Amino acid sequence: MTVFRNILIRLLTTAVTLFGVAVIVFVVIRVVPGNPIAMMLPPGATDADIARLQAQYGFDKSIFQQFMIWLSGVMQGDFGTSISTRQPVAGLVLSRLPATLELSIVALTIAMLLGGALALAGTRFRETKAEAAVDITSGMALSIPDFLWGLVLILLFGVLWPVFHISGRISPALNIDFSTNFYLFESILRLRFDVIADLVGHMFMPALALAIPLAAIIAQLLKQSLKETMHLDYVTLARTKGYGENHVITREALPNAVLPTLTLVGVQFTFLIGGTVIIERLFSYEGLGNMAIDAVINRDLPLIQGIVILFAFLFTIVNLVVDMLYVLLNPKLRHA
Amino acid sequence: MNSFLEVRNLNLSLKAGMPILRSVSLNVAAGQVHGLVGESGAGKSMIGKAVLGTLPRALQVTSGEIWLDGVNLNSLPTAERRKTIGAKAALIPQDPLTALNPSKRIGPQITRRLVDILGWQKSDAEARAVELLHEVHIPDPARVMKSYPHELSGGMRQRILIASAFAAEPKLIIADEPTTALDVTVQKQILRLIAEMQQRHDTALLFVTHDLGVVSKTCDTLSVLYAGKVIEEARMRRFFTRPIHPYSAALLKATPTYTNPRGSLTPVPQSVIDATEREVREHDMRASR
Repeated sequence: MTVFRNILIRLLTTAVTLFGVAVIVFVVIRVVPGNPIAMMLPPGATDADIARLQAQYGFDKSIFQQFMIWLSGVMQGDFGTSISTRQPVAGLVLSRLPATLELSIVALTIAMLLGGALALAGTRFRETKAEAAVDITSGMALSIPDFLWGLVLILLFGVLWPVFHISGRISPALNIDFSTNFYLFESILRLRFDVIADLVGHMFMPALALAIPLAAIIAQLLKQSLKETMHLDYVTLARTKGYGENHVITREALPNAVLPTLTLVGVQFTFLIGGTVIIERLFSYEGLGNMAIDAVINRDLPLIQGIVILFAFLFTIVNLVVDMLYVLLNPKLRHA
Repeated sequence: MNSFLEVRNLNLSLKAGMPILRSVSLNVAAGQVHGLVGESGAGKSMIGKAVLGTLPRALQVTSGEIWLDGVNLNSLPTAERRKTIGAKAALIPQDPLTALNPSKRIGPQITRRLVDILGWQKSDAEARAVELLHEVHIPDPARVMKSYPHELSGGMRQRILIASAFAAEPKLIIADEPTTALDVTVQKQILRLIAEMQQRHDTALLFVTHDLGVVSKTCDTLSVLYAGKVIEEARMRRFFTRPIHPYSAALLKATPTYTNPRGSLTPVPQSVIDATEREVREHDMRASR
């Protein structure tokens, strides 16, 4: 029962959060200079033309009135119409969401594998040169932002040794008739290995660029946490039972050391999703982030609102999932 | 006397050079209980850690041999040494609150090593665990096996750790101040339990403690440690009637008695401490020559 109540409370707070985000975004993009109407009209348009268009999009009303109109639309699932493409915002945004979700999840997976491996290696060979190497590697990886890693990767795998695609999400020549836009997940389910290979070839560099800084954070946090756990009595006791160092690290220490790392990884994952905006632009990857930049350049206010709300929704979902995982992995909380 | 554990001239020091154990030798005969007493910092826990191979990384064995059941542990490669120790010796740790893995159920913490390392069938290991939990007087072992450590009291957890120590029928148990972290009423029960288990399973027991009262009740022989040096090794009866070393005698006198509750505490006299310190320094001089 309590679990159900907790989830209900979380959903309510999520709704309040999203409302707050909506208010802020709505006001800010209308207060800052730059007029969407001016972007639509050719030079030399008359004042009457401008007034007519403003009335058509509702920009002649007060911000409060505009917000109420928008909100009543949202309640019915209508997020407005994009100014630049004249298509419903909800449809546009949802068609791009799978691309960004796939990229983020692949990046997170790479980051966890890479960071976890580094942390385990650093712990296994602690107080040796190998641990110093792990520290230096993760320190360097962390001090370079993701978009610079993107450029480095383009240089390596796009120019010097061109094995991966440097732009786009999928080769246009490829014949796919999928029922969703989750190309990667669907191609895996359908066992379309040609499509998987093509998607991975496109996704590898942007995902890796996003993953490297997060991998470094995971490596540092998890290694620290593991090293502290290695001093605890139950680890020593496991050694006296005859277990080797590898078993002691992965079976005794790791399940406990993961817990403090998990929460921070959740927070960092939301930063990673934010990072997709620039990375998708860099690799011309057709996801939400790329669309967001176009929307801002075109002053496409309804589209900006829709994208920001969706991002905010993703962040709260990630936090919810992390909290649930934490309870699931920690026996002390599971029965409470 | 046939020793099951024999420590010969063990020298242990910080990697920086400071000596922790000074030519420590001791014998624990099969089935016998040997007490290891000394003040905090005398290095008594380090002897147990050296035997079990769990010394902190800052420490290193500079010389000496540890023989367990006729095998020189130092001569074995690391993996084999761990297995030998795991099969022949076990630890009852000091603090039951931190010695169980908080993310695992009790059952696997007792049975896994029997399956993983000694190659038992899982069902045999589980039956064995239930039997052991019965032996340490835990009611409803089947339920306890499914519990997590945080659901059990400190006394219960120490009982579980005792049961777990006897799981692989080791012939040597090292108890490292097993009652220090428990409150006084539970201490007595746990001591009685350890003695009971030791007799039932006929294991040798190395009992590390700073409590002479505990030693007098449980041990057959004892070593007194001061600043990492064994200053007296004796059979129990002789030690309590005629201690040889002045420090031992002073230590005995300093033990509070319950029969005279109004008597004030007796400290070890400074002159005795000074003389013992001198003895330790002379030992260091001889060793460095």
